[in-house]
Amino acid sequence: MRVRNRELLGLLPAALLVTAGFAGVFIQRSNQLSSVSLTYGLIFLGLCVAGHIFIRITLPYADPYLFPLAAVLACFGLVMIYRISTTDARQQAQWFVLGLLLFAGTIVVFRDYRKLEQYRYVIVSISLVLLLLPRVPGLGDEVNGAYLGVHIPGVFVFQPTEFAKVGLVVFLASYLRDTRQVMVMGARRFLGLTIPPIKHFGPVLVIWAVAMAILLLLHDIGSSLMFYGALLAMLYIATNRVSFVLVGLVAFAIGAWYLGTHIPHIHDRVEAWEHPFNSHLYNKVGGSFQIANSMFAQAAGGLFGQGFGEATLTIPGTHSYLLPAPDTDMIYAVITDELGLFGACAVLLTYLLFVARGFKAAILARDSFSKLLAAGLSSILALQVFVIVGGVTRVIPLTGVTLPFVSYGGSSILANFVLLALLLLVSDRARRPARA
Amino acid sequence: MNAPIGRMFGVIILLFTLLVVWTTRWTVIDSKALQNNSLNARTLIDEEKIDRGRILADNNEVLAKSVPARGGTFTRTYPTGSLFAQAVGYSIVSEGEGAGLELSAGSYLRGVQTGLSSVFGQLGGSTQVGDDVYTSLDPTAQQEAVSQLDGRVGSVVALDPQTGAVKVMYSNPTYNDNDPSASGTNISRFNNATQGGYAPGSTFKVVTTAAALDSGKFTPNSIINGNSPITVSGVPLENDGNQSWGPVTLTKALTYSINTVYAQVGQDVGRATMQTYMKRFGFYSTPPLDYPPNEMIASGVRTHAGGALLYPTNTGVDLGRMSIGQERLLVTPLQMAMVAATIANHGKLMVPHMISKVVNQDGAVVDTIKPTVYGQVMSAANANAETQMMTDVVEEGTGTSANLEGVKVAGKTGTATVGESGGVPLDNAWFIGFAPVNNPKVAVAVLLPSIPNGYGGQFAAPIAANIIKTLLAEGQ
Repeated sequence: MRVRNRELLGLLPAALLVTAGFAGVFIQRSNQLSSVSLTYGLIFLGLCVAGHIFIRITLPYADPYLFPLAAVLACFGLVMIYRISTTDARQQAQWFVLGLLLFAGTIVVFRDYRKLEQYRYVIVSISLVLLLLPRVPGLGDEVNGAYLGVHIPGVFVFQPTEFAKVGLVVFLASYLRDTRQVMVMGARRFLGLTIPPIKHFGPVLVIWAVAMAILLLLHDIGSSLMFYGALLAMLYIATNRVSFVLVGLVAFAIGAWYLGTHIPHIHDRVEAWEHPFNSHLYNKVGGSFQIANSMFAQAAGGLFGQGFGEATLTIPGTHSYLLPAPDTDMIYAVITDELGLFGACAVLLTYLLFVARGFKAAILARDSFSKLLAAGLSSILALQVFVIVGGVTRVIPLTGVTLPFVSYGGSSILANFVLLALLLLVSDRARRPARA
Repeated sequence: MNAPIGRMFGVIILLFTLLVVWTTRWTVIDSKALQNNSLNARTLIDEEKIDRGRILADNNEVLAKSVPARGGTFTRTYPTGSLFAQAVGYSIVSEGEGAGLELSAGSYLRGVQTGLSSVFGQLGGSTQVGDDVYTSLDPTAQQEAVSQLDGRVGSVVALDPQTGAVKVMYSNPTYNDNDPSASGTNISRFNNATQGGYAPGSTFKVVTTAAALDSGKFTPNSIINGNSPITVSGVPLENDGNQSWGPVTLTKALTYSINTVYAQVGQDVGRATMQTYMKRFGFYSTPPLDYPPNEMIASGVRTHAGGALLYPTNTGVDLGRMSIGQERLLVTPLQMAMVAATIANHGKLMVPHMISKVVNQDGAVVDTIKPTVYGQVMSAANANAETQMMTDVVEEGTGTSANLEGVKVAGKTGTATVGESGGVPLDNAWFIGFAPVNNPKVAVAVLLPSIPNGYGGQFAAPIAANIIKTLLAEGQ
């Protein structure tokens, strides 16, 4: 079968999922199947087909599975959000449309994505400024002690980390492409470890400093972990030196330990992670209430879940959430509550397949920049999933990052569609038959 | 660079495996513990969302039902209110509180499903609907108990002696189970019929007689000296009005409730035998009723300090006075109804129960509560002999006001002095009995505590007769 036809077929699960999901929620709500569910299914199938046709024209050789996998996640997310809040779902659908437009725009503008390299210092500067924006007085938006968003009054709140993650990966891919050789060649042995020359390692140290600054200034453990993890992953891929990664991990661990014990907000998060059922922490504002209820929600789900629309989200008769932030940070817990361990594993598997296709593009790519870019984007997406799902399931302390494509949030949807566009661009170039 | 990319993917698979393992921990491995965690509000909220089944009387009158409340939850209403408040109890799921049948029949009312049905229930996404609990409680007779007590403090318990089915269980004071937290002078959630310990007085002679006859030491015609007073445990014991009866048969001693005779009989039967028969009647155990155990107490001798149970084999117990229902003997009206029912059912005590059947929302009978035997307390022959003795009590003795037109009633009165008010003794007025004698359908216990000069024959016996009449008129 032709590559693009496979992609078209791959969209079927997404359309089916969105139709069946909406039908499930409607049946639960009113005990009757409304034609609205079919309309939703059709609209989203239409949008996805439009996206597909656009790819067919512009990127005929791109990986056929990336777009359908992202569509499955986005459609699934939409159903979950609709089930939690109808108004949020309507907004999410609008962001979805905007995301597709941005996706198309990215492909058109960066058709030759390698020209991104020319702007790498511009990109990294913009990314760093974006990251610091939440701390600007009057713009910053503090949520539970962390500075995660930028609030432009009357317009919207956006989360700069979502965009900065793409910018930083682009920069690192370009920078490491240039310096990987000298980093390995100029490395010296010290105490049994291979240390790269400071001159070339400098910018990497800058990223370490950025990760620490995110912790120190924004109190955002999740983003910090995500950025730094992506840095180490790309450093490893570029140099094939485990010792670099080890040094990096030790440096991060020391910094994180120091900040974790000295910044109250981070310390609280760590305490809540260690003792979710401590009644003092449970009743404290910003304490362990959220993580404890995340576990209760997952326990209620069991193997098969309670079914679409069946989870208890609010205290009956009130609008106060039993599980705070159910459609953003906590959406994985709601998924597990309603669809059980099987549903949760299906979502994780979808992400894993997406990442696998991203890595596949990296392996097929012919130049170092493309390889590093595809691998970096895939890694940072995987790490983002790990940070939020790991937080919700108490593998690591809980911090707020979104579940890519699934969580409610405009910035997240837009940034991830840009990420998807870049992956498809890399993939298209990699798989294009060499011209005779 | 392809090799490290491949290894990096391996690392990501490892990280995702961690996520799956942890999700498995919460959804499967620790699921039960998390659901039972005291901080977990979902358990109660989920229970509030269950459409609990109804509780119905023997004429299918609704005693308790669910009504939809906010946010898909349900609350309970009790159409009969205070009439059946003690038996039915109440349930406030959001507070984790409950009482009576609402508590003890909870698993039926919630309709707890097992195995396949719950899997299909989940797939269908239906709300959990509980089963209806049908009881043997009789609204007409229960209402009769209310009118007969006429606002006085007291308890009425009526059983079907052949099945153990509870027909009437009512006590004053009561409460309105639609508003269980209300308080006031005549409001109490304490169920005197199952939780109140009272001196049984001469009704206990039914137990002593059973031990005397069934142990073979006495017959209804045994002659015992009925003079008054005699010395029991070093203290003089008198008959009512200090009347000396001379040598009398055991039958006559029961008919006229002669204390001095029964003190001697009890002492002759002995501590161990008395204890054996008391236990067979259900004393010294929490009653086997389908009712919350923490809303019932065991009957027996209890210490003044602390109220711990004292067994008759304990030499500190005044055996002679215990045998006439004095000493520190404290019994519940339910226990005394069980004593009457045992004699009525030829010595066989049936397990008392209120639930008769459980029916699901499709109308299918899920569970039928079959009559079960608690134990053969005494031989049928001895029980029938005692029935004859108790018939004499009603026909010519202390219990004549329990006589009914056209129906032979057997019974025993009790008058236990428990205090004094202005020189007038305060007595627990008791009557236990059953009818019809040849084929007993109703066994009853009536208690009016602390009545001035409260002779059981005068105050309690007429109430018992009316309850019996009402139940028999219904074809019981």
